[in-house]
Amino acid sequence: MLNQYETVFIMTPVLSEEQMKETVEKYQKFLVSKGAEIVHEDHWGLRKLAYPIQKKATGFYHLIEFRAEPSLIREWEVTFKRDERILRFLTVVFDKHMLAYSEKKRAKSKAAKEVTE
Amino acid sequence: MATQQQGEIKYLTPIAVDTKRKKYCRFKKSGIKYIDYKDADFLLKFVNEQGKLLPRRITGTSTKYQRKVAQAVKRARHIALMPYVGDLLK
Repeated sequence: MLNQYETVFIMTPVLSEEQMKETVEKYQKFLVSKGAEIVHEDHWGLRKLAYPIQKKATGFYHLIEFRAEPSLIREWEVTFKRDERILRFLTVVFDKHMLAYSEKKRAKSKAAKEVTE
Repeated sequence: MATQQQGEIKYLTPIAVDTKRKKYCRFKKSGIKYIDYKDADFLLKFVNEQGKLLPRRITGTSTKYQRKVAQAVKRARHIALMPYVGDLLK
């Protein structure tokens, strides 16, 4: 049984642009190698945190939506916990309302992009 | 002048009696099914200036959606989009 998940994670602002990209890539590769399918990705860039985490006031936000086996999630979260570059992460399972919402949102942003182009 | 009836006062404009406006659930009304925890600006409507959740009694949200609002706010707090404690949010 496949489920759709969404993970938001925050990386330390100490990382350089390349290091950050490398970190993101690491997680993409992890998903692909475990047979998960990446549905959508969104890089929010450097954002101010609402409260300091590990004495950092900012962080790089990245969002990944993917389809995977539920058994994979445990391993997925452990890799985040072990990674010092990650300040915070949150994985959420999609339900049907959430799925409809995210698809609609994506269609909207896609349409907006086409208009500007 | 003396013939004017006592006790009957006529106003040109009706006095403003504060009529209670019926509260409604904004999610039910506009058909929102999912509350996005990533949209911190929207969630700000459901917390007070300290960042605490507002009761249903004030926002008028139905029980079903109040639970979802609470869930979304808590998620937003976890990923530092909203503060756990704050002041002067508004």
